[in-house]
Amino acid sequence: VRPVARTGRILPVVNWDVFVQQLVNGLTLGSVYALIALGYSMVYGILKLLNFAHGEVYMIGAFVGYGVLTVSGGAADPMFPIWLLLSFMFIAAMIGSGVLGMVIERFAYRPLRNAPRIAPLISALGVSFFLQNTALLLFSADFRSYDTFTLDDGSLFVKGIHKGPLNISLIRIIVIVTTAALMVGLALFVSRTRLGKAMRATAYDREAAAMMGIDVDRVIVVTFFIGSALAGAAGVMVGLVFQRVYHFMGFVAGLKGFTAAVVGGIGSIPGAMLGGLVIGLAEAFSTGYLSSTFQDLIVFGILIVVLIVRPTGLLGKADIKKV
Amino acid sequence: MSQLSQIGVDSWVVEAEERREAGRFARAFERVPREVRFGTFIVAAAVIPLLTSNEYVIRVGVDTLIFGLLALGLNVVVGFAGLLDLGYVAFFGFGAYSYALLSSDKFGVHWPAEVSLPVIVLGAAVVGLLLGLPSRRLLGDYLAIVTLFFGQAFVTFTTNGNRLTLFGHSGAVDLTSGPNGISGLDPLNFFGLHVNSIEGYFYVALITLAFVMVALHFTAESRTGRAWKALREDPLAAEAMSIPVNRLKLLAFAFGAGVAGLTGMISAAVDGAVFPDNYDIPLLITIYAMVILGGAGSLSGVILGAITINVSLEVLRDANQARWLFYSVILITLVAKMRPWSKLAAVLASLVAFGFAFHAIVGAVWPAGTKGEAAGGDVIGRAVQDWVIRPEHHAILIGNYAFVALIASVLALTLLRGLWRTVLLVPTLYLAAFVWENRLDFEPSVTRLIVLGALLIVLMNARPQGLLGTARVEIG
Repeated sequence: VRPVARTGRILPVVNWDVFVQQLVNGLTLGSVYALIALGYSMVYGILKLLNFAHGEVYMIGAFVGYGVLTVSGGAADPMFPIWLLLSFMFIAAMIGSGVLGMVIERFAYRPLRNAPRIAPLISALGVSFFLQNTALLLFSADFRSYDTFTLDDGSLFVKGIHKGPLNISLIRIIVIVTTAALMVGLALFVSRTRLGKAMRATAYDREAAAMMGIDVDRVIVVTFFIGSALAGAAGVMVGLVFQRVYHFMGFVAGLKGFTAAVVGGIGSIPGAMLGGLVIGLAEAFSTGYLSSTFQDLIVFGILIVVLIVRPTGLLGKADIKKV
Repeated sequence: MSQLSQIGVDSWVVEAEERREAGRFARAFERVPREVRFGTFIVAAAVIPLLTSNEYVIRVGVDTLIFGLLALGLNVVVGFAGLLDLGYVAFFGFGAYSYALLSSDKFGVHWPAEVSLPVIVLGAAVVGLLLGLPSRRLLGDYLAIVTLFFGQAFVTFTTNGNRLTLFGHSGAVDLTSGPNGISGLDPLNFFGLHVNSIEGYFYVALITLAFVMVALHFTAESRTGRAWKALREDPLAAEAMSIPVNRLKLLAFAFGAGVAGLTGMISAAVDGAVFPDNYDIPLLITIYAMVILGGAGSLSGVILGAITINVSLEVLRDANQARWLFYSVILITLVAKMRPWSKLAAVLASLVAFGFAFHAIVGAVWPAGTKGEAAGGDVIGRAVQDWVIRPEHHAILIGNYAFVALIASVLALTLLRGLWRTVLLVPTLYLAAFVWENRLDFEPSVTRLIVLGALLIVLMNARPQGLLGTARVEIG
């Protein structure tokens, strides 16, 4: 709220510059959280397992993107045209994260599939902590920067839509459009392909799906690959926009991605997308208007409120307990 | 509840224990009467300050006792009731910060311990109860992440608690002194009796531990304790037996929080200061590793886990001692797991031969590859110098690649069977020694965290019952 007196007339209560800026910020953050939430939600839908290591998969994706950028000559002098470089970064990060997700599933979760519910959760906790500190050992505690400002003379930030209060840099457009494309792709995959159908069947009832001849192990591996690949893409996006990559980045992002999944309704793919946007916008606006240090607490508050008011989330269905 | 329905509950619960199989080690341990075990442990611990005047040793003892208390509290939640509470350290921090606010110059409040103790313990339990409420309906999965988030929120809050400016109130309120923490805490003061020395705190922690152990033992044997075990074994069946599942879960949760709060109070008084970073994820993982290693559900087990892990982590601080620990753990594991003896001897012999051969080849091809200095460098350090290659340059980079290769190799080992497994074991062990000598022994603080994470994964996959816990026999 601006002071009234200075110019002698009543200024609009809403500062549109700040509002639009936070809106764009929220959409960008929301894209990232939605991509992370999808992985949580898909895995939970099929295995009923909270994959705590998911945030770390996202962190590794960001590091893979950084590695590709460095190998290609760094942001100041890349050997490829910018669009090719960005594609390489996204593809490498998605494959790297996807494979990591498959490895985690194979070695940390699959042996525990028939164990008591708490066992894979503790194993997941161990994986998360192990990966986090492995990254600390390998990459040290320093922040790595994608240095997007020097990339292609800063065109990613200079170009874009700039009209009045509307300021959207090219990089944010890329992030939002890529996220939308990945989500449409995922939605088509799940609804149109045989494997997607198998995935839905497995999520609905794993035992029955196995009896119908679906290779459940394969479906689970594919789910982990896709979910982790999306998280890897999210990691590169964060690296490009916020330019800070470090070993601890996955932890809080994972928590927020999970919150997004719960808000949208865990197990529901459109829910994860919606939840991501809600959390992203909530965080951006609370940073802009309420407090810049306590946005994590505000997201936590949203999680608690959703669990009290509507534990199934916005688009989730109530789980019927089967005996 | 009529008398009739209670009969069913009790017999079902009694059977719950019989459905679990104790391990060899656990059975031998259980043959010793419980009172003897408990008495031996307390007496043995009590004489430590009499035998040594080394402040460091006593300090490690105090830390171990505090970890033991923490592990006992977590054991109620995880071991008895089977709930995954990942915000446990926040309650520990809550106790510590409450004590800091109630007994320091921060706000000029100086409550005696006999007043602040019940306030803090009850306060922590109530906070635990409030946190458990929203996730009540989906307790289990959601509880884990809600509590994890709560732990993170606690760290965020204490780190930024020196400038609370929420909702436009700009008159920044300083509650927690932010990242600098609160220091200059009063020593514990029970009814005018001040605890001033580290030996004094040792006995305070020991008496508290003994008290909590006895209390938990009787709780575990009580109706409530047996109901906890029943709902851990099979919540659905427990509910069908008319056990009030949600209420009991919340009770366990609050119980654990109360113990954590009590421990936080003691720990804050020992340290004389509190910092937000002390109540973060690494501590949580450490306590979980203690409970899981010792065997969730077993009181003596988690104490054993706390001693093992805390002493090991202390040993890891020093490069030379850490090396001893590393090679002994590998050797002990091999001796314990490998049958027959001939196979073990073959593996060890080929490992030694492989190392010397590899060292000779690398020394001939790339002389700088064997000229690096070991961390520490006592007898063993110099001895392995001729066996493990230590590059003079790029040791960190090569070590990093070797670390990734080691992970891949260990994962491959778990897939292989028979001869190939034994064959791959030799280079894997050598690679482990290489990574240890070139990378891990130089980074003790990261190494201990990596080891804890790996320990949780390995234990969960290979021996979920830990050392003294009982294996769960799956019921249909």
